[in-house]
Amino acid sequence: MEKQYKAIGEEAWKNNAEKINAELFIFTYGSLVVQLVKDYENYSAVNKQLDKMGYNIGVRMVDDMMARTSLERCTGFSATAEVIAKVGFKLFLNVIPTVANWSADAKEFSLILDDNPLNDFCELPPKAVADGLRYSNVLCGVIRGALEMMQMQTEVEYVRDVLCGDDVSEIRVKLLRMLDEEVPASDD
Amino acid sequence: MSSTYYFAIVGTNDSPLYETELGVQRDESKYLNQFIVHAALDLVDDAQFMSTACYLKTVDRYNDWNVSAYVTPSNIRLMLLHEAKADDAIRLFFTDCHELYLKTLLNPFYEPNTPIQSQAFDVKVNTLAKKYLF
Repeated sequence: MEKQYKAIGEEAWKNNAEKINAELFIFTYGSLVVQLVKDYENYSAVNKQLDKMGYNIGVRMVDDMMARTSLERCTGFSATAEVIAKVGFKLFLNVIPTVANWSADAKEFSLILDDNPLNDFCELPPKAVADGLRYSNVLCGVIRGALEMMQMQTEVEYVRDVLCGDDVSEIRVKLLRMLDEEVPASDD
Repeated sequence: MSSTYYFAIVGTNDSPLYETELGVQRDESKYLNQFIVHAALDLVDDAQFMSTACYLKTVDRYNDWNVSAYVTPSNIRLMLLHEAKADDAIRLFFTDCHELYLKTLLNPFYEPNTPIQSQAFDVKVNTLAKKYLF
């Protein structure tokens, strides 16, 4: 099963994904974050804003991903995790995070990012590290938004970040509940 | 060989962005180093139009000090005070430092032409110095 997702991800990346210059993408994201820091002057507000932006991207992106791949309905939350890592991340960022640290009730897992293209060139000032800026927090929002469109309400947050001096980056995804079929809540 | 080097990066408005003393520390030279480098800046301005290369070799002398300079296309000056002559090693050192400076410049949190406060940068400059100068 796991192999199959990997193949789907590879296939979609090769054939159906538009590629852009990585540096252009990284610099654009970098200047976006720095502008937010200048505008909000408060790192937790920046984290929140990045998460919100990610959410808005995620709710749209998940449909795009489904359209480009031949995925079937996931059999359970563990399959969902595999799809996020092997298809989602592969398709849009060309990295495959490791799914790890499942909780006992199988409702929480971690995505371990060995390599995060957004982090390239970036070095946080000491103050940002101390105040807990999550530079790539947009990813959390994307996952949350995408899962919400799939009727899963989740809580997603960075627990470790290489830019803050940790040895790996870890995103924790926690399933809160399954939503009934309903109209998604408005953006804000 | 125990020798002393003083390395400084000077911004476009002649203010230092980064400075460090490499090798044996000498108390009496702390402020003198800045003076020598600052005085040499005028000579760098002259020398940079005589050559198309970034590396300008030795531009000035003060007692037993030599001042070597390297000018980046964006007019950031890398300056090195040294005693012994070693053109090739210094050229390699400058080229790698230039690359290091570029990486710093690519960091979205670094404002161009402001002092470089990154610890990582400091460590890397010291490694480069060990590799080429000592």
